[in-house]
Amino acid sequence: MNWRSVGAIYHYEMARTFRTIPQSVISPVLSTVLYFVVFGTAIGSRIEAVEGISYGAFIVPGLIMLTLIQQALTNASFGIYFPKFVGTIYEVLTAPLSFIEIVMGYVGAAATKSLLIALIILATSAAFVDFRIQHPVWMVAFLVLTSITFALMGFIIGIWSRNFEQLQLFPLLVVTPLVFLGGAFYSASMLPPAWETATRFNPVLYLISGLRWSFFGVADMPVGWSLAAVLFFLMLCLTFIWWIFRTGWRLRQ
Amino acid sequence: MPAIISIDSLSKSYGNGPAALSDVSLNIEKGEILALLGPNGAGKTTLISAVCGLVTPSAGAISVAGHDTIKSYRQARSQIGLVPQEITIEPFETVLNTVRLSRGLFGKRRDDGYIEKVLRDLSLWDKRNSACMALSGGMKRRVLIAKALSHEPAVLFLDEPTAGVDVSLRRDMWALVRRLRESGVTIILTTHYIEEAEEMADRIGVIDKGRLLLVEDKASLMARMGRKRLEIFLQKPLCEIPASLADYSLSIGTQPDILIYEYDARADRTGITRLISDLAAAGLSVRDLTSHQSSLEDVFLRLVEGDEP
Repeated sequence: MNWRSVGAIYHYEMARTFRTIPQSVISPVLSTVLYFVVFGTAIGSRIEAVEGISYGAFIVPGLIMLTLIQQALTNASFGIYFPKFVGTIYEVLTAPLSFIEIVMGYVGAAATKSLLIALIILATSAAFVDFRIQHPVWMVAFLVLTSITFALMGFIIGIWSRNFEQLQLFPLLVVTPLVFLGGAFYSASMLPPAWETATRFNPVLYLISGLRWSFFGVADMPVGWSLAAVLFFLMLCLTFIWWIFRTGWRLRQ
Repeated sequence: MPAIISIDSLSKSYGNGPAALSDVSLNIEKGEILALLGPNGAGKTTLISAVCGLVTPSAGAISVAGHDTIKSYRQARSQIGLVPQEITIEPFETVLNTVRLSRGLFGKRRDDGYIEKVLRDLSLWDKRNSACMALSGGMKRRVLIAKALSHEPAVLFLDEPTAGVDVSLRRDMWALVRRLRESGVTIILTTHYIEEAEEMADRIGVIDKGRLLLVEDKASLMARMGRKRLEIFLQKPLCEIPASLADYSLSIGTQPDILIYEYDARADRTGITRLISDLAAAGLSVRDLTSHQSSLEDVFLRLVEGDEP
């Protein structure tokens, strides 16, 4: 394993985050504060407790997951797409690096950024609502696994994209609706039976449910299923990326 | 001299299109400067890209310093620095950081002293903290060279290094390439500028339509293929070449008082002596004579136009 090369990519990508602090950190935090103001305080105060948890606290795991997924996806997709766009990807492809090392550098940096922002949002949430994390180790495990999985997915999107429109397409049209319909702001049990069944096909439901269990000990889905779901998507993304580097799809001619 | 790069029967096709490279075999010797000449689309960049790992060959094998570029890609690639044809550089990053990244990608330990030397050699040290987008075109090209040299490669590929570069900077780059060669770096450059190849290369490779037409020592190529041209300035202008001189390869020059005689410099007998006496016999008085050696450009055009195999 060429750790020095992995570190070079990782530090370079992290430096970009610190260079662009306003977009990278302030913007998602501000969005979360607005969610709390609107859903937590303005509307949430009129909603009764969900499964014994105040509505403001109930949406915390959903909000964290929403931001984590979006950040992991966009940071990783932009991280690999930008060198493709400006042409500097040749450097990475001609360097003595295996695909695992390239992925570790880009995906590791994107996952780190998204985790940092998730932790900032967790701290921000604590300023608005009272909550106690029942299973902190599992919370960290779910956050880490989800950030890596969606950073891998973002990496794939960045390689697939031929322009900035395509880069935005998947996160906006697929991922954001899945997160909103995955129980970020409600419990699946609050839906009519038909919709509740349909929701079970939404993979993000399992991730939010798992994180919510780590916070409050209650979940829409058994926690084992949540863990299995995130591991399944992780392996799926890794397999796809392995295929990309084996065939050179959209990278090598 | 041992071969540092060995290319064996390399072919590359894109989809169902015509072959970009057909059965190319080439050995590049350690420490030499090889210039690859060829028209646009000849396959020069594809050949370089295949060696560097950007293009997957359809057939054939490449080894760098004895390492196969597919099976032992780490060892092979660690020997190579590439300066691409296009100016591809991250616009928002500083010169110093982008060069450090290049060194890091190749797994080399950070060495600020070496990076400073490279940047000073390329007259970029004063610009080390400038964002790349703030640099001129010539400076950006030098940054690309600095990035390629950042990991101390044994082989440097320069793909059209002086395209769009002014004459002064071009001379500077030639000087840099010579210094690199003196330090033991093997250099392969592609160029459209025949004078560049003529000025710098030890050997010339000519590629066209994906085929390597020849690879030869520059001096012997010039001697083998160089035609000479004799310009004969006459006392009086001519309307047409006299019939008695029809056996000679003669033409009237840009002025009617200039006769052009083309001959093969390799031949034992050039025919000049006999021509001079035949001119006198035809009543033509000679005022002056000049001879001109064919340039590499003439040789190149003759090769790609198929005059000579």
